[in-house]
Amino acid sequence: MRKTLQYSLVASLVLGLQASPPEAWAADDAQFIPMATYRVGAYASSGIPWWAGEIDYFRYINEVEGGVNGVKLVWQECETEWNVDRIVECYERLKTGQDGAPTAFFFTHSTPGSYALMEKGAADRIPLIDGGGGRTESTDGSVFPYAFPILMNYYSQASVGINYIAGREGGLDKLKGKKIVTVYHDSAYGRETQAPMKLLAEKYGFENIQIPVADPGNEQSAQWRQVRQIKPDWVFLRTWGVSTPVAIKTAARFGISVERIVGDVWAGSEADVIPAGSAAKGYQALAPFPGGTAFEIHQRLKQYIIDQGKSDLKDTRYFGEVYYNIGLINAAIAVEALRTGQKKFGNRPLNGEEGRWAFEHLDIDAARLKAIGFEGLLAPLKLSCSDHEGGGAARVQQWDGQQWVLVTDWIRADHQLLRPLIEAKSAAYAKEKGITPRNCAAER
Amino acid sequence: MTATSHPLSAAVDNAPVELVARHLPWPLLVLLATAFGVLPWLGNDYWLNAILIPFLVLSLAGLGLNLLTGYTGQTSVGAAGFMAVGAFATYSLLLRVPGLPLPLALLGGGLIAAAVGFLFGIPSSRIKGFYLMVTTLAAQFFLEWVFTKFPWFYNYSSSGTISAPRLELFGYSLASPVGRYLLVLSTVVLLTWVAVNLVRSQVGRNWMAIRDMDTAAAVIGIPVDRYKRLAFAVSSFYLGVAGALWAFAYLGTASAGSFDINRSFQILFIIIIGGMGSIAGNFVGAAFISLLPIFLNQAGQWLFGGHVDAGQLQNLQKIIFGALIITFLIKEPEGLIRLLDNLRERLRVWPLRF
Repeated sequence: MRKTLQYSLVASLVLGLQASPPEAWAADDAQFIPMATYRVGAYASSGIPWWAGEIDYFRYINEVEGGVNGVKLVWQECETEWNVDRIVECYERLKTGQDGAPTAFFFTHSTPGSYALMEKGAADRIPLIDGGGGRTESTDGSVFPYAFPILMNYYSQASVGINYIAGREGGLDKLKGKKIVTVYHDSAYGRETQAPMKLLAEKYGFENIQIPVADPGNEQSAQWRQVRQIKPDWVFLRTWGVSTPVAIKTAARFGISVERIVGDVWAGSEADVIPAGSAAKGYQALAPFPGGTAFEIHQRLKQYIIDQGKSDLKDTRYFGEVYYNIGLINAAIAVEALRTGQKKFGNRPLNGEEGRWAFEHLDIDAARLKAIGFEGLLAPLKLSCSDHEGGGAARVQQWDGQQWVLVTDWIRADHQLLRPLIEAKSAAYAKEKGITPRNCAAER
Repeated sequence: MTATSHPLSAAVDNAPVELVARHLPWPLLVLLATAFGVLPWLGNDYWLNAILIPFLVLSLAGLGLNLLTGYTGQTSVGAAGFMAVGAFATYSLLLRVPGLPLPLALLGGGLIAAAVGFLFGIPSSRIKGFYLMVTTLAAQFFLEWVFTKFPWFYNYSSSGTISAPRLELFGYSLASPVGRYLLVLSTVVLLTWVAVNLVRSQVGRNWMAIRDMDTAAAVIGIPVDRYKRLAFAVSSFYLGVAGALWAFAYLGTASAGSFDINRSFQILFIIIIGGMGSIAGNFVGAAFISLLPIFLNQAGQWLFGGHVDAGQLQNLQKIIFGALIITFLIKEPEGLIRLLDNLRERLRVWPLRF
């Protein structure tokens, strides 16, 4: 027994050393992409399709397009289990790149992680990218040069949610006197929309009621009984993980129509509605990352990656799931940013400082979206020194019991209204930390 | 006759006055010199930031819990709650008392944590064992709730997160990895030295008497309740300082979520695996609990990265880690430090049999 164990250990060691994996070996002419993953732990069900989407897209770029203008992408995973301390460790491990291949950016994939790395990223000059999350005030790039809450920050999510509800009611002026309850996960993530909701309520005259759900949210009878008493016109659901299906089921039990519940970005995946069963039919959610396989990029991936057996997905039924598409979108944004940077710095791997320049000058217009096969999957995205978010639009998708169906076109957030709030918060941060904001007008 | 008037025989006369012969602990001095003198210049950012700082802070937290659980015998699963008190109190002090130097803020944070620990230690005079453990569990959840519920503690920031204020000492910035490492190292060394002396003192002996049998301790005149509460306070002081360092020297930010029940378990595992009732055991245990998963992750990437499915590789690491914990605990229930001691004894008499 012991002998067998020893032999097998030695054998596996030898095997491991012999064959060099094609992706793990980086060279100085390749672009290194660090990946802080969570394939195990409480959030693994979102993590696994997410990184499959990212890796599939990078493989597609490497193998079909021959890299980004000839620069191959290499990556390494680092398991975090969505723990902040492990994310910090992974960041420190991977920030310097690998075998000469530099790191141009770091996807935090975690709002608490973005908070923890905020100052480290600025000191090390590594852009921290957190699509659809992150610290809202870091939208103001003059104070936060190295943080990008790209695509859609939390304020925009609140604003798009309200705009969608207004659309259903027949106009923003119809919101007056309506009751809108926000049921939120009681965490940094859930509380982040309180300030914009307050502002929106003041402007449009609806009644803003906030009801917290403590983590993890397995039991929500008390909250929904309260919602029932209020008899709201709309419910904005800002839960995460297990608290979403529980909320949908409990709402149904208390007789609240699921058609009047609008989930936010992180409460709108298959994992959120399938456990809720038939109660979720008719539930709608914001989708800056829509689900489905009807997009051009999915045809390409199917042909070159999925059907060739090169996908990172163990079960190809997940192909086109919301979280898979989140991975695709994140990967595509990264690749487009690298292209933007290469236009200025030449076709070579970029470092963190060049990565920041690249992200700040990222401009994915409708034509470009069509060319890369993301039409309908991603809204046009344009970043600048003072706007690190860029997008701020989402579609709304509805669950028909089998799959997500897109029911609207892109709905934009009210940036004029929200911007002063963001600037006030970033100015407070700059004051607390003694940061002199960059002059974005001069950099242009 | 000028013969000696000593009634004692020569042998007794020459007997050592001290029970423990003191000699200079060379290995320890070399270790300290390396830690202070060599590592800051040798270690890169990764080693200082991601390996050494969390290792030292967790060792300190383990030390705090060990004083309570390993030396006084009061089981606690609320360690992270007291760490949270330390972190939030230090933050409050730095924010609201202008010009307060960092060491004083750390000390203040520790003292506030100690006061809270004292409060939650009061039930220990009436209840014991598992029941006391449940009260510490309540402390854990209560403290976590307090730091979520009341925005004053996190200065009304919408996210409920506190971020590291200025880390400076006498005008010298400690924001660099080396600065933070030296801050953590000095604190840990100082507090470890205090702890070593504390457990050797009257207080420590009383604690151990209570641990071994509190009725007997009461019979010989030890004020059991008072010493139990003292143990809670001292333990919480250590945990509070560790919590503040965890938040500001390692992560850079903290919220109540950084000090959840899992952190409490992590610290409990550190002392169980390292060795209860041992100072050095905390360091060994912290190394095992915090560094081994990182090592396994690195080794896994290096050996199998790209061949084996990444998800399976991560799960495999968890299995190996769990199996190692079980193996070590079966092999030596008294912890890794005992295992190392046995090994040392064996080496001393080598090649003879132990």
